Amino acid sequence: MSSPCRDRLIALALVAALCGCDREERSTRGKPLPETIPASAGTADSRPLDPRAAAYERNAAAIAQGQQLFTWMNCVGCHSHGGGGMGPPLMDDKWRYGGRIDQIAASIMEGRPRGMPAWRGRLTEQQMWQLAAYVRSLSGQVRKDAVSARADEVSNTPPLTQTRREPIKAEPPSP
Amino acid sequence: MRRLIIGVGLIVAVVLLSALVVWFLERPPEPSSGTTQLAAPSGTKAVPAPASSPPDDGNWTMPAKDYAATRFSALRQITPANVGALRPAFTFSTGSKEGFEAAPLVVGPTMYVVGPWPTKVFAFDLTRPKAPPKWVYDPKPAPPARGRACCGPVNRGASYSNGRLFLNLLDNHTVAVDAASGREIWRTKLDDIDTGATMTMAPLVAEGKVFVGNSGGEMGVRGWLAALDAGSGRLLWKGYTTGPDADVRIGREYRPPYPKDSGRDLGVKSWPPEAWKIGGGTVWGWISYDPELRLIYYGTSNPGPWNADQREGDNKFTSGVFARDVDTGMVRWFYQSTPHDLFDHDDINEILLLDMPAANGARVPAIVRPGRNGFIYVQDRRTGRVLSATPYVHINSYKGVDLKTGKLITVPEKHPVQKRVVRNICPGPAGAKDWNPSAFSPITGLLYVPTLNICMDMGVVNANYVAGTPFVGADVKMYAGPGGHRGAFIAWDPVARRKVFEIKEDLPLWSPVLATAGGVVFYGTLDGWFKAIDGKTGRLLWRFRTESGIIGQPISYRGPDDRQYIAVPSGVGGWAGGLVSEAMDERDPTGALGFSNVTRDLNERTPKGGTVYVFALPR
Repeated sequence: MSSPCRDRLIALALVAALCGCDREERSTRGKPLPETIPASAGTADSRPLDPRAAAYERNAAAIAQGQQLFTWMNCVGCHSHGGGGMGPPLMDDKWRYGGRIDQIAASIMEGRPRGMPAWRGRLTEQQMWQLAAYVRSLSGQVRKDAVSARADEVSNTPPLTQTRREPIKAEPPSP
Repeated sequence: MRRLIIGVGLIVAVVLLSALVVWFLERPPEPSSGTTQLAAPSGTKAVPAPASSPPDDGNWTMPAKDYAATRFSALRQITPANVGALRPAFTFSTGSKEGFEAAPLVVGPTMYVVGPWPTKVFAFDLTRPKAPPKWVYDPKPAPPARGRACCGPVNRGASYSNGRLFLNLLDNHTVAVDAASGREIWRTKLDDIDTGATMTMAPLVAEGKVFVGNSGGEMGVRGWLAALDAGSGRLLWKGYTTGPDADVRIGREYRPPYPKDSGRDLGVKSWPPEAWKIGGGTVWGWISYDPELRLIYYGTSNPGPWNADQREGDNKFTSGVFARDVDTGMVRWFYQSTPHDLFDHDDINEILLLDMPAANGARVPAIVRPGRNGFIYVQDRRTGRVLSATPYVHINSYKGVDLKTGKLITVPEKHPVQKRVVRNICPGPAGAKDWNPSAFSPITGLLYVPTLNICMDMGVVNANYVAGTPFVGADVKMYAGPGGHRGAFIAWDPVARRKVFEIKEDLPLWSPVLATAGGVVFYGTLDGWFKAIDGKTGRLLWRFRTESGIIGQPISYRGPDDRQYIAVPSGVGGWAGGLVSEAMDERDPTGALGFSNVTRDLNERTPKGGTVYVFALPR
């Protein structure tokens, strides 16, 4: 067999082999959405952001710690990996009590009337802020180079680097 | 030579004799002479236990219709020939759009409806056109309770007895309400929401007692069944599912059907140290009652956490069936369907009291249970001995049940292990069917079972116990089983132990069933269709699109105008419908403990709702 013919055959085989690959379908992020942290997003809380937020927001170490705590403290039992269950989803654009990191930290510390337990006294303040930082990442609010590229759990939930950023809307608390 | 022949003959004889003895010893016990002799329409069909299933008076006073849990109405005006003309007589919106599971009750001229959360009770005057409300009772359950309920803030209904309605509230109170006025008579607190306990089941009232149990198997709650005095609400006794024999109420009269369930303090010893205190085994399903044997029957939930690695042992007395003395609460027998449960296979499903045909026209008093683990169990209800356990859905995680030992045989490859996802486990955590009960028609002799066709991937991690939070330790993703449909309605012959017909349903079937003497069987779908089918053939005869998904219990009653009515609640929710009712995000496949993934399309299929529909034939 002449060598150009062989090369062509190899190329053909390679193309065929590539076609055979069943590539996993992943939804990629579309156009980047505008930053939605400021109160303009209708969170109704115009108070300035808690100064502690800067230490946790977009901090890879804090988010990674929060991710671990999210499983350890059974947050995942109610909120799943953001999709919700006994508790509301955390990956969408609705926030009953505000979606800013300090508002989320307040929900974790004080609890909420529809079943969210208060974690003050069971976790340190630092841990609760770390959790809030991780929760922010579930709806894609955090830069992709700060979040963990793989999940802690053994199930196959999509990694946080593929999370879509959701605009933050306030949802009036229902009875 | 002759000696040799005699010797060989002797050996053969001894072997034969011992084989005979072994065979005799291993035979199931003969039904005693005390079995009920029945002039049944056909001696070859199963019949409801007569003492538990009195003649139909046209009322519907308890969710399961009778103590035998038949959900069978003897009314026969609506037939396969005329059901096509069925149309709404009146509807009532409860003003709440949450999972709506409760059975409406009808006593004479009044209908009682326990609405979805926040569990208001409505009474309707059936003698007047469009049945206007007579009274509304608002029990005001504590709001934080709703965040403790694993599968929506549901309530499975009230029971009526002696002028009173009895129901449970999510915040762990049992209440008695005066049926004439809607006034609360008593309220008894039985558990604490701070531990994650809630109450969702419908009470059973028998012999002047109200029997109730708790929910919270996903929160590490310790399960119990309590008997309250119907008059005063005073707690008479509480039988725990786990713990020392004294707590479980196991004493001298305990006669387990198999040696594996025999021993002292198994509710402690079959657990790692102290684990029984947070081990689940809650009582959130159905109770049946045999007034002749004076025994109540009910099942217990999964052990906690779901991650079985954290609780070595059989985990008694979870995922099994108790027979208790109705007066003292002492355990007569216990059978563990799923020892050391691996997959959240609770055993709380309905328990039908049926008398099964036996040789010489005799009958064996039995319980028939379509279990969550995928087997329909037929057991002698005097002893708990398993007469048969037959798979009724696709199962690949269990091999079967050994009738000699009563043991469930698991498939080792399907055991969840740490740090790895085990795929294609069938049935999934919701089982072959969940709480939504079957119905039995003595006319066709068939059991009508709403089933699920759901498998799962499961990965386990160690769960920490934090009181009042989920104690699960598992990541689950559910999906449709073989065939791609997610539910199936089946008619099952409990005597021949085979499927007679099957109706595939696209969505998971989360609706209870109603059978009627007219030959029509009713059930609903998660996208709101209320269906009437021919009980003999399964042919679809009529369907009606209600406002929302149906997870509520349909009933049939005779109105004050002597016409037959069919009532059904419509309001999606519960575990299967939580995606819609709890506004979850379907992008997370592990949402709602893994159910979101198999109901991803539900938001497009149904809105929320909370309406009772009542149907009748045109005059």
